[in-house]
Amino acid sequence: MDLTTTYLGMTLKSPVVVSPAPVTEKIDNIRKAEDAGASAVVLHSLFEEQISLLSHELDASLRQGEYSYAEALTYFPDMEDYKMGPDGYLGHIRKAKEAVQIPIIASLNGVSKGGWVEYAKQIQEAGADALELNVYYLATNPNMTGQQVEEMYVELVKAVREAVTIPLAVKIGPYFSSLANMARQLDQAGADALVMFNRFYQPDLDIENLEVKPDLNLSSSQELRLRLRWVAILYGKIKADMAITGGVHTATDVIKSMMAGAKVAMTTSAVLRHGIEHIARMLDGVKAWMEEKEYTSISQMQGSLSQQKCAEPAAFERANYMKILTNYIPEPPKPVI
Amino acid sequence: MSKVMRTLDGNEAVANVAYQVSEVAAIYPITPSSAMGEWADEWAAQGRKNIWGSVPMVVEMQSEAGAAGVVHGALQAGSLTTTFTASQGLLLMIPNMFKIAGELTPAVFHVTARTVATHALSIFGDHSDVMSVRNTGFALISSCSPQEAQDLAMIAHAATLEARVPFLHFFDGFRTSHEVAKVEMLSPEEMRAMISDDLVLAHRARALSPDRPIIRGTAQNPDVFFQARERCNPFYAACPGIVAKTMDRFAEITGRRYHLFDYVGAPDADRVIVLMGSGAEAAHETVEYLNGNLGEKVGVLKVRLFRPFSAKDFVRALPSTVKKIAVLDRTKEPGAAGEPLYQDVITALVEMFTAGEAPFSEIPRVVGGRYGLSSKEFTPAMIKGIFDELKKDNPKNHFTVGILDDVSNTSLEYDPSFSTEDPSTVRAVFYGLGSDGTVGANKNSIKIIGEDAGLNAQGFFVYDSKKSGSMTTSHLRFGPKPIRSTYLISRANFVACHQFTLMEKIDILRCAQEGAVFLLNSIYGPDEVWNHLSRTVQRHIIEKKMKFYVINAYKVAAEAGMGNRINTVMQVCFFAISNILPREQAIEAIKTAIKKTYGKRGESVVQKNWAAVDMALANLHEVTVPGEVTSTFDLAPAVPDHAPEFLHEFTAAIIRDEGNSLPVSKMPVDGTFPTATTQWEKRNIALEIPEWDPDTCIQCGKCSLVCPHAVIRGKIVEPQALENAPEGFKSAPAKWKEFADKRFILQIAPEDCTGCTLCVQVCPAKNKTEPRLKAINMIAQAPVRERERACWDFFLSLPDFNRQQVKHHLVKDVQLLRPLFEFSGACAGCGETPYVKLLSQLFGDRLYVANATGCSSIYGGNLPTTPWAVNAEGRGPTWCNSLFEDNAEFGMGMRVTIDKQREFAAELLCKLAPQLGDALVDALLNADQSTEEGIEAQRARVAELRKKLETIDAPEAKQLAGVADFLVRKSVWVLGGDGWAYDIGYGGLDHVIASGRNVNILVLDTEVYSNTGGQCSKATPRAAVAKFAASGKPAMKKDLALMAITYGNVYVAKVALGANDAQTIRAFLEAEAYDGPSIIIAYCHCIAHGYNLAMGLEQQKAAVASGHWPLFRYNPALKAEGKNPFQLDSKEPTLPLEKYIYNETRYKMLTLSKPEEAQKLLVEAQADVQERWRFYQGLANLLGGNGAGEGKTEAD
Repeated sequence: MDLTTTYLGMTLKSPVVVSPAPVTEKIDNIRKAEDAGASAVVLHSLFEEQISLLSHELDASLRQGEYSYAEALTYFPDMEDYKMGPDGYLGHIRKAKEAVQIPIIASLNGVSKGGWVEYAKQIQEAGADALELNVYYLATNPNMTGQQVEEMYVELVKAVREAVTIPLAVKIGPYFSSLANMARQLDQAGADALVMFNRFYQPDLDIENLEVKPDLNLSSSQELRLRLRWVAILYGKIKADMAITGGVHTATDVIKSMMAGAKVAMTTSAVLRHGIEHIARMLDGVKAWMEEKEYTSISQMQGSLSQQKCAEPAAFERANYMKILTNYIPEPPKPVI
Repeated sequence: MSKVMRTLDGNEAVANVAYQVSEVAAIYPITPSSAMGEWADEWAAQGRKNIWGSVPMVVEMQSEAGAAGVVHGALQAGSLTTTFTASQGLLLMIPNMFKIAGELTPAVFHVTARTVATHALSIFGDHSDVMSVRNTGFALISSCSPQEAQDLAMIAHAATLEARVPFLHFFDGFRTSHEVAKVEMLSPEEMRAMISDDLVLAHRARALSPDRPIIRGTAQNPDVFFQARERCNPFYAACPGIVAKTMDRFAEITGRRYHLFDYVGAPDADRVIVLMGSGAEAAHETVEYLNGNLGEKVGVLKVRLFRPFSAKDFVRALPSTVKKIAVLDRTKEPGAAGEPLYQDVITALVEMFTAGEAPFSEIPRVVGGRYGLSSKEFTPAMIKGIFDELKKDNPKNHFTVGILDDVSNTSLEYDPSFSTEDPSTVRAVFYGLGSDGTVGANKNSIKIIGEDAGLNAQGFFVYDSKKSGSMTTSHLRFGPKPIRSTYLISRANFVACHQFTLMEKIDILRCAQEGAVFLLNSIYGPDEVWNHLSRTVQRHIIEKKMKFYVINAYKVAAEAGMGNRINTVMQVCFFAISNILPREQAIEAIKTAIKKTYGKRGESVVQKNWAAVDMALANLHEVTVPGEVTSTFDLAPAVPDHAPEFLHEFTAAIIRDEGNSLPVSKMPVDGTFPTATTQWEKRNIALEIPEWDPDTCIQCGKCSLVCPHAVIRGKIVEPQALENAPEGFKSAPAKWKEFADKRFILQIAPEDCTGCTLCVQVCPAKNKTEPRLKAINMIAQAPVRERERACWDFFLSLPDFNRQQVKHHLVKDVQLLRPLFEFSGACAGCGETPYVKLLSQLFGDRLYVANATGCSSIYGGNLPTTPWAVNAEGRGPTWCNSLFEDNAEFGMGMRVTIDKQREFAAELLCKLAPQLGDALVDALLNADQSTEEGIEAQRARVAELRKKLETIDAPEAKQLAGVADFLVRKSVWVLGGDGWAYDIGYGGLDHVIASGRNVNILVLDTEVYSNTGGQCSKATPRAAVAKFAASGKPAMKKDLALMAITYGNVYVAKVALGANDAQTIRAFLEAEAYDGPSIIIAYCHCIAHGYNLAMGLEQQKAAVASGHWPLFRYNPALKAEGKNPFQLDSKEPTLPLEKYIYNETRYKMLTLSKPEEAQKLLVEAQADVQERWRFYQGLANLLGGNGAGEGKTEAD
């Protein structure tokens, strides 16, 4: 049975990839993921904003009270050096590369164009096998048009593409007026893969303390649907590989991802919830299912239920919506708490 | 070999030498010498090597006495050893100095000469400390400038090895230690050439060693001690010759020549001034001017080697033509025949003349004078005044110069307009605030001009004594000629004011000369700024024909992401206008300097500074100066018209920066000052102040409790009291059941607030329709200043709430107690002052305060104004600062007096009982004063007693009247920081708590020496970086509380106001109520922790939640009730330590500089927390204790 797949020009031993999560911050966990059968690891993101913030914070703290009072012209010793910038992250890439055989995909979240390009170069130099651009961008400015947002993405991908030679993936959200067109633009700008989709954690409201609370809630298989739909629609329409992230929890989710047309299925929440060894269970499930259904390879199923190849292409479009509504029978009302 | 020139200050120049030619340095912080120890510690942490290729060992001790002990021991064991100190620190070293010298041990102490505290403490420079060690046997060698400080440091280290006499090398505190100047650096090779390895080996050979055992430090008897003491004479006789020889060798190696006495001036001078230290530079400059420009024949003799004093070399250095000599001492010895240098000169002249070894035919007339005490300015005008005085037939002896002594008439007159400033020298004065970065930028400018432009450069910086909103004045000179001007600039050709608000009160342009350029940071553009200037400023600009430029630097800085740091913007403008360097070159140099200074903090910091550079010039505008004064206002008065007379006559001059003009007669004879004077110094330093929203407020009192500057006050009044309230005055129905018919007021003092926002952070009430708003919100100060000033005045006119109706243990009620500690100069957001204020609220009207030197003595007692205040009856805390090291003992002395006088009063009462009546005497002796009511009743009895005593004609009656006040209960509190309590004062503190006396100790624990700039103390936690612990503190914090608990009869509490305010208040009340010693250790967030202090209270919570700062009380009084005296008031730690500590730069910076070390220390520190918690939990569970977190501290 052939579980291999290709992604970003690399042949991977299985379709399950570990997505950026706190677990990838430790080399031990990356080793465990490899042992469990993960075919690649996407590291947690290097945040340009975090680096600048750290710099500004350090600068502000060291300057606080400086040269204000004759007895205390400063409050801290002048250290010889600070390991600022991406040094820690780049070191992590190097250590990860030394620790495992599977490809290491770095992830970058920039703020400035210069930052994206500069850090991308440094990531390549540190030995990452590929780079995923995590464009976590919410267009909240009412003066910014959709076109401007799209141009920003495209320009960014072009700039990074020109700066590095390693394969380039772009992680996007689903909120584009024309996602299909956006995918094509990114494809043409030089993205080797699209990673779909960013989950954009939603904050919660605390009505006791009248506060807005950032809240990390893990994904569920339910969220897979949106990914399956768009991967299925785009399959065969763009050159770039597609990866599904968000909602991959079970072997079934992996198989569905492949059938929709993804090259890999990335998992974060399931690993956080069940531990790294869950990857092995997912892969065992995939293998068992393939055995039962007599599939010989992953590639056999990839894209088989895409819009292009499935028997009901309209199911992925608006007609599907009409059908669901028509068939919907409401459940009896439940008591409200 | 090409010479390396650097611009640096005297401290760094000296430390650089001392470090490289030593193996051991024992250090302890004291201003202005601390930086030398800091440099040594940083270099050692970085692995920098000495000239023998080894990293010196740098050890911090608990006091200067400890440091001297280590020096002594290290020397005896054979190391080349040094130390750095000043003032009281040097005094603490004296016992060891006698030993070190008596044992003929080569060593060098580097001393930034500083005033010894007498009627007042002063951090500034004079020779009173150095003159206090004249009889120790140390050689005393003096330098006058940063260059000389480096050079003579080297000469001292080399000479001591041969002479075997230990050396004290001194240079003037601040004037030389902190002056930034261009220095030709000694290379390691030059240092190597100066030190003889044979002499080093000889030093080692004399050391103690069990391999060739000897003993030193024996006890001797009358039979031999005297002879033995005389045995050292040949060494002292040889010492001057060795120094002279070393100076010659130094000249051969470096080309810079020094002598034991350096004479400058006319070879045929008839008048000569003799002096030591930085003043000699100003004298040098003046002598050259007088001889060259005015045809005078004068000279100055600079004394380098003061001890051993070589009379022979002294007289030989004088011109044979000299007729009159003025000997200047920068010290005062009350009651002496003359000051030390004067006496030595007289002795030398007489001895040499008598012996026929003097070069002159008759003994010159010698007069002595004092100058420059506590860094008092010493200018060419004064020096000319002295030479003019010497022209007189009978020049004044024992004179003073630089002050107006209208009491003893010692002072010389001089013409202050006389100047020797060289026209080719650029003189620039910059006024700024500490927070805006002006000084830092100027230090960079000096480096650029000194090192890039190849000019001579000098920078000197003056700071006021406030820690918040402090004004800085930078004095910069640049020019092609050597700069010897060791005095402030009074004729500037460039003046910059970086803060518009400073123009309101200070005559900024007083120092500008005709044709000067004026650069102002102004929100008003070039077309509108003129009418926002006072008449005084306009007059200066017009009459002095000044060129005037403005820039809105705040706007530029904000746009560049620099916040309120306008330094870079103003620096660019300075270079652009002053034309010291071609504009492009200057900008390039500024950018390079920025990269060098800030590069290691991260690229984005560099980028934003560079952005500010690029944006600055486009916003710089020249102002067309009108021909006449048009302004409708002038400089604001320093204090309001209705302030007491003393404020007008004395304090206002200091506030106006005119304290130098106050004559001797205006000074209190013994250092006594009235309290309650900060209320008159309206500083208006906050851009934003809090505003009260009565509708949202729940009247909990937390804002008032945490306010570090006592600017938020609560009162409850009758509704009718508000009938004449001014417009905008707010009140609300009081939310107290018992006062429901009254009005509650929360008022802010708008002109005293520092804008720290702690009140907003702590406010628990939120506006329901707009939860971003609380019951306290920040608003711009300027638009509401007038309105709120009227409201504040009205608030003060309302009666204080009756203390007897207030439940003193409730936070909500404490806000109704009038603070008797207000508007101090502490940092905005200070973590100490809320405790001090609370103390004043609870016990202020009967409070004695003994205050250790440190932050609390500075914000509590530094002129011009004092925050300790009085209540409506005129009662309030009485305060005194003795020293750093003796504070617990000092406070205990107060207690002993109170106890003794109370006892004496009781004895007298008994004697006078027949006249006074048994009922009154009995009531006075047996009064229950455990409550406010009881104390008030006793005060009434004392008043009655006084009336009766007036009618009794007996000596005992007069005696009793003198001590009657002691019959009212008094409260003695000993205040200080952790440097005092854990380190230098610990021995005394330990003895005092062991004494059983009713003394209360409040330790304001910031976990570092905050006042001297954040040096490590034994309170510093493991893993924290501090000065003197640049690699992170490797040992755990000392558990002072636990040590005190072991006595069993000491009340001990550990509190953190931000974590549990009710527990804090309870601890204060219990400590005071306990009839025995008590100690409260209070967590104080501090600027030296490195985060926004607005989050200080949150950090206090985190400190407790992480277990770093467990809260508890140990009350021995509970034993009598059969209860466990130890009550743990906080819950088991729930927060990982790293979540607490890495909010603070002091910890985080180690993760950035030494990540592996940081990780190791974090693990150890976390283990400390767990171990300590288990131990405390065990204590709490003893004897049926309360367990964790069950201590009852909440409101009943």
